[in-house]
Formats: sequence, structure tokens, C-alpha cells
Amino acid sequence: MAHKTVLRKPKGFIDVYKHKPGAEKDRTHYCPGCGHGILHKLIAEALEDFDIVDKTIVISPVGCSVFAYYYFHTGNLQVPHGRAPAVATSVSRANPDSVVISYQGDGDLAAIGGNNILQAANRGENMVVFFVNNAIYGMTGGQMAPTTLEGQITTTTPYGRNVKTDGYPLQMCEIINQLTAPVYVTRTSLHDMPNIRKTRAAVRKGIKNAMDKKGFSFIEVLSMCPSGWKMDSVPAQEWIKENMLPRFPLSTLRDISEDTPAVERPVPVMDPDEVKNILGYGALSDSNLTKNPDAAFEKVALRVAGFGGQGIMSAGIALANVGMEYGYNVSWLPSYGPEMRGGTANCSVKIQSETIGASECTEPNMLIAMNQPSLEKFEKIIVPGGALIYNTTLIDREPTRKDVKVYAVPITGIADDLGDTRVQSMVNVGAFAAVTGMFDPSEIESLMSSLFEGKPEKVVKLNEKAVRKGYEYVKENFS
Amino acid sequence: MNENREYPFPEIDPDICKGCKLCVASCPKGVLVISERLNSKGFHYSEYVGEGCIGCGNCFYTCPEPSAVTVYMKDYVPEEVS
Amino acid sequence: MPRKLMKGNYAAVYGAILAGCKSYYGYPITPASEIAESASALFPKFGRTFLQAESEVAAINMVYGAAGCGQRVLTGSSGPGISLKQEGISYCAGSALPCVIVDIMRGGPGLGNIGPEQSDYNQVVKGGGHGNYKVIVLAPNSAQEMCDLTMLAFELADKYRNPAFVLTDGVIGQMMEAVELPEPVTELPDKSEWAVYGTADSRHLINSIYLDHDDLERWNRELMKKYAIIQKNEVRVEEYRMDDAEIVAIGYGSCSRVIRSAVDLARERGIKLGMLRPITLFPFPATEIASLPDRGVKGILTFEMSDGQLVDDVNLALKGKMISDLHNRMGGNVPSAQEICEKVSELYGV
Repeated sequence: MAHKTVLRKPKGFIDVYKHKPGAEKDRTHYCPGCGHGILHKLIAEALEDFDIVDKTIVISPVGCSVFAYYYFHTGNLQVPHGRAPAVATSVSRANPDSVVISYQGDGDLAAIGGNNILQAANRGENMVVFFVNNAIYGMTGGQMAPTTLEGQITTTTPYGRNVKTDGYPLQMCEIINQLTAPVYVTRTSLHDMPNIRKTRAAVRKGIKNAMDKKGFSFIEVLSMCPSGWKMDSVPAQEWIKENMLPRFPLSTLRDISEDTPAVERPVPVMDPDEVKNILGYGALSDSNLTKNPDAAFEKVALRVAGFGGQGIMSAGIALANVGMEYGYNVSWLPSYGPEMRGGTANCSVKIQSETIGASECTEPNMLIAMNQPSLEKFEKIIVPGGALIYNTTLIDREPTRKDVKVYAVPITGIADDLGDTRVQSMVNVGAFAAVTGMFDPSEIESLMSSLFEGKPEKVVKLNEKAVRKGYEYVKENFS
Repeated sequence: MNENREYPFPEIDPDICKGCKLCVASCPKGVLVISERLNSKGFHYSEYVGEGCIGCGNCFYTCPEPSAVTVYMKDYVPEEVS
Repeated sequence: MPRKLMKGNYAAVYGAILAGCKSYYGYPITPASEIAESASALFPKFGRTFLQAESEVAAINMVYGAAGCGQRVLTGSSGPGISLKQEGISYCAGSALPCVIVDIMRGGPGLGNIGPEQSDYNQVVKGGGHGNYKVIVLAPNSAQEMCDLTMLAFELADKYRNPAFVLTDGVIGQMMEAVELPEPVTELPDKSEWAVYGTADSRHLINSIYLDHDDLERWNRELMKKYAIIQKNEVRVEEYRMDDAEIVAIGYGSCSRVIRSAVDLARERGIKLGMLRPITLFPFPATEIASLPDRGVKGILTFEMSDGQLVDDVNLALKGKMISDLHNRMGGNVPSAQEICEKVSELYGV
């Protein structure tokens, strides 16, 4: 680095602290001897030296450094307690060419934001985190922090931190170093000049990593809180040396940025035509099939019911899709049993020309019952004059309703005869078409390739056959 | 200003200084002292005794206030005042 | 218009893509998980960001960051997740950040169940986090509206620099309907006045701290002014068979679908029932509701899947000129049209 002929307030700082309320816009709000100011200066100097003040974004969460935005001449986001790594994540994703700094205290980072820092580190987000460890909550007046030392007196550990009840001081560098993604993990200190200079080197390394998109850098800095510790600044430096260093040893735990490739982020596609293309607008339904004016049913409120795995949901969705192609308004509403598989399953399908109100068919005019419990449960709610298709393969009793038209169809059997039980949903579609007269089987066939988009030709053909078989069975036996 | 001083030397803004003494402790030559006087904020500020600075920059880097300390190095050329 | 059969939850994500939303940050929760799932499938196809966050709290803070960087950004969740997000939503409102949050309501309190309810009404419409704020709340009742109102939510959020909710229940999220996909938004609003892009010209501050009491009061008054403008300009309602209605049922979301069926059923029985459906919950259609007594309406029945959260606002709007009755279901139960009709007959003797 070039020799400096003058050491003065770095350009990484705002000239006049305009965001700071009150008259004192030429000085920080930090207490005398506070380590934050030292670290701020090292960061601001690096931003100037690397000529990246313009492209840097500083995230300041709650803690004494929540007002970091008063000082840094960068983009600034003040954020909730502990959430800086989460915010920095999306800021970095949104502006992949920027240098994102998450500046956090120990309560913020290691307590309330403990998971946020771990997860951002684990994702290897491109950011540099400055973790100021002063073993205390400074801003709120000196309460216990996760890094408070064993036996240390704070306003919430008036008898000293008791590890039996308060746990042990958290060693965040060591924890972060357990993860695979971070490229640089180091702990430095501000307790004397040599260590301030080492901290300076670490700050520059971390910021450089962010500039080079190397991913996640974590720099823990042991720092004085003379007010919180109730001592003068120079004794506070001594206190770090004597009390903090044994628990928080200074070392670089990891430095693999040299061998790590830059983080790549894609460029968002925003062009409207390309958006439509990707969404497949060209292949969408144009609803150009003509409704059958002589259909036995003008509108359908259908329940399809059975056990999970009988293609209950897919039969309903297929019918709704076909209805849409005829220009009907359609709705499909699932209702699952508590088990994901093997439980009871039923869905409501509405197909009608008018706007659809309630989507649940509480008074269906048609029921497709695929097993006995479904028949028992839903038979009674069919409106008089409605239709009931029941699966004679699995139901061995006659329906009790005499005021509805009953279609006994061996749905599962037809599918089995075709060689695949799974096609029973399309047998139902065929049977439905025959009962209602709303759909023409050859027109359904014309839709098969879009209904089974991406499926092999063999599967499409088999399902096509299933529709035809279901249709023919009803036509042959109930006309 | 400072034209009569001998380079290198530190310049400490007595009004910005919070009197934390970190610079005094960090100075290898012991040429920074705490003033007997109080500044407008009630702090005994740090002062340069006027000679002996070697331009190491310790006082600058240890000072938590961004603009309290400026260190002019031996080869510093004062900017032209228009 | 090209149509596609899809779930309401998917339609919201399509709407977001079409509105130029660049990132999705969310956490899985039933019955809103399809939003995250479909976003995870769709967003990367456009080089846009999908990230499954470590928590609801992280997700809303990622939304905060993306919004602060001027992106259109979406998250989706359900009741328990929305409770966790409230802190971040308050920050978004306090920092005047536009963003869109989809809430597919489920049963509560506590873990409740995953059935449809409308019990997040208060925590969403009343600004459930800390501090004085409101969010724009749109209440779709179809898959089509899940798409359209999500797009509108982005537009209004940007227009007013305010978070906007798409609030609906599990029925609308889970049901499939044909959705006519609209044209994508061609131009996104200019946010260079305030957004942070990591450039020399965008060294802005996203912030909700106002240490000075007067400053904070001033900011709160500015927010109140903004909400008053939203109240004046953005109320949306749907009326159904209201011309000669003597009894009006009020409801939103899936309730309004049931009411619509109930209105038709009631009319078949000779009962002059009509529907007034708030599409916006904030701004609440207070004026429209207050005018009902002057339109010859003799009875008002508020129908909701919560414990009277909506009827409180209806009665506040009526200012004592009339009092709305309440019919509600909870726990995941959705009433039938017949049930509403019978309630109407029982209450009003028709």
C-alpha cells in the first residue's frame, strides 16, 4: 500500500454527520475509549484506500453501533436486532457488485441473531461481518452478553456469570469455523497497538474478500467497553489482555479466499416477451372447444371420493382442465384425510357457465364414489335428480338412494384390464363425459398431450384408452 | 496553520477529543499528554508536547474519534489554499 | 386470453413474476408452502432470487433488505409465520419500504390446525407489529384474483412506499381455477430517490430510528397522512345483487364465495339477499358500509371465519345507525350456502 503523508479522518466517513440528531454533527456518539470508534476508522480507511466507498453498503443492527449509519459515507440500512446477516443476504443478492458489511455486536450476533449469522455463514453469502465482542450489552446499559466471561459482573449477573445457570461464553469464531462455506475466519483485538495493526490487516483482508466476491468473511474483534466495564480506557485494554484473551484466543482460524472462486449471481430476466415465453404463454389454453347445447347436465357440482392413491385428485383436476377448454368456469378444491398417503381423499369440482360461488360441493349433483366408505359418507348429500357413479370393483353393496340416477361402473376393473390401475382417474373422466354429455371423448383425446405434458407417449396413449373405455362402458350399459 | 511546526507531528482537535488517553498510552515517544484544561464537553483533552513525534501513526489508529487526531508525516506537503 | 388451471397459491407467484418481482424469501408453512415451492421452481427460471430462509423472522428481514435495494420482493406465510414476521413488517412500515406479503390464513390460536380460517384479520389489518402503522390489505377470493391482486399489491406498495398484504385463507390458496394470465408489467417504478444500490448516487439511508420525540411524532403524522390518502383513494368492494337487497351479507375471501352462492339460493327462495364484499380490508370500505342503511337495507349479517374480528370493523363503520349480526365458523370449518340462508331466515324472519 502506498505510503501516506497524512493520517486524517478517512473518506469512508461522512464529512458532517447529517443523520445524527442534535448539534454535535462533528463527533461520534461513542463513549470515550470505545473500541467501536477504532474499528470504524479502520473500516473507513480501507474503503477509501480501496476506492470502494461508493459501492459499499453497511448494515447496522441494534446495539451501540446501530448508529453506524451516522458515520459511513456509504449506502446504509439500519435493521432489527440480530438480523443484519439476513438483511445483508438480500442486499448482497440484490446488488451483487456491492461490498456488503454487516457490523454487529455480541448480543446482536451471538444471542438474538445467533441463527441468522450461522445460516448466512453457511450459505457463504458474499459479505464481511465485523463482530465486536466486548463481553457485555453496551447500549442497554451493561447486561450479560453471550460472550460475558465466567464470573463477570454485569447488571443482570450481579453475582457474576454462573456457568451452571447462564452457560459459558460463546466462542463464535470457533463455531463459525465448523461450517464449510466461510472463506476467512479470524479473531483480533484492540487491546494494544500491535493488535490494532493486526486488526487493521484483518479488516482489509475481509473487505478485499467482499470486493473480490469471495464469499463470507468473519472478523471477531475483542473490544473495550469502558462504560460497561466501569473502568478507564487504558485499564480496559489491560482487562482484555488479562481476562478475554484466555477465553477468546487470537488467531486466524481459516483463510481460504485465495483458493475460492468468486460467487456468481445470475442476471434477472425482466423482458416482458421473454417472461411470457418462459411462462409458456404460447401453450396455454385458448378455451376454444364448443359446449354441447344438448348435454344432460348444464352445470356440475361434483364430488370425487375414495382412498388416497385412487387418482381422486387427478380425476378432479383433469375434469376441471377439460371444462376450462370448453370455456366453462371451473373450480377444484381438495380435501385430504390426515394421512398423506392411504387416507381418505375427496375433492369438489364445479363446472358451470355462471360465476362460481362456493367451491366446496356441499350439495353435489354428482358423486363419483371409488370405495365403500366414500359411498356411505357422500351418497346422502347428492341433490335429488343428481347422478351417482360408483366403483363396483371395490363396492359390493347397492346404493340406497332411489331419487338419483345410479351408474354402476367397474372403474378399477376397467383400469386393471388396461394393465395399469393408475389410469382409473381417466376412466372416471370418460364415464363423466358419458353421464353428463358435456365433453366429447374425441375432443378429450385432443387434449391428452397437454393434460399429460412431459409424460411418455405410451402413458398418454394408455390414458386416452382409459377415457374411451370409461365412456363406452357407460354408453353401452346405461343408454 | 502549523507552518511553524516541525514534521512529522500530530494535530489533536481539543474540542473533539474525549480524553480517553488511548493515544497517550500508545505513543512510543511519550510526547502526548493530557491537558490540565477542560474542553467544552468537560474532557481533559490530549495534547502534543510540541516535539519528538516520529510519525508512527499509533495515536491516529488508536483514537476512536474519526476526526480528533490528524498526523502530518515528514514528507507531507501542505495543500495549496486557494 | 390464455388460461391456465392453477392453485391460488401458484397464481400469487405468477402474479409476482408478472409484476416484475425479483426475489422471494420465505419459510415453509402449511397451507402456504406451495407459494414457496412454486417460487422455488419459477424464480430461478428467470434468474431471479429464491431463498428458503432459516426462519420467518429471517425471511421478512431479507424482504426488508431487498425492498431497501429497490427490488419488488415477495414472501408468503400463514398465521404462526405472520406472527413471527410482525417485527420485520413494522420495520418495513417504519422505513417506508414497499413489499408484498401473502398470508394464507389457517386455524388458530397457537398451533391450531391447517384448516381455513380468517383469524389473522386483526394481526394483519390492524398492523400487528409494534408502533403506529398500517399495511395495505387486499383480500382475493379466487385464483384469478390471487394473481391480479398480487400484481396490484406490488403496484400499491410502490405507489405508497408501504408493505402490502394479500390476505386470504386456505380455501383460496388450495383451490384450483382457470387463471387468465395478464401481460407482464413493462415498466417498474423509479426508486432512485431512496433505494440503496451500492452506487455513488444511491448512498441513501433506510432507517426507522427517530431519536428526537418531535421528529418521530412528525414521522408518525406523515404516515397517518399517507394512510388517509390510501383510505380515500384505494377502497375496493364487490357488490352482488345489491340493487334491491333488503338484507346484506358482508364477507371477504372464501366467505364471499359462499355468500355469493347463498345470495342465489336465497333469491330462489324469494329472499332479497345481496352481498357486499370488501376487496380491500385496509383501506376498509367504511363509507360503503355506512351507506347501507340509506339504501333500504333492513338487516346486515357479517359472515366470517373468525371470532368477530370483521364484524367489529363493520359495526365501527355503521356508527350505530344499524348493528350487524355475526355468523361465524372457526377451526377450519367452512359454512355452506344453505347454512347462511337459514341463518338469514332465522335472524330476519324471511
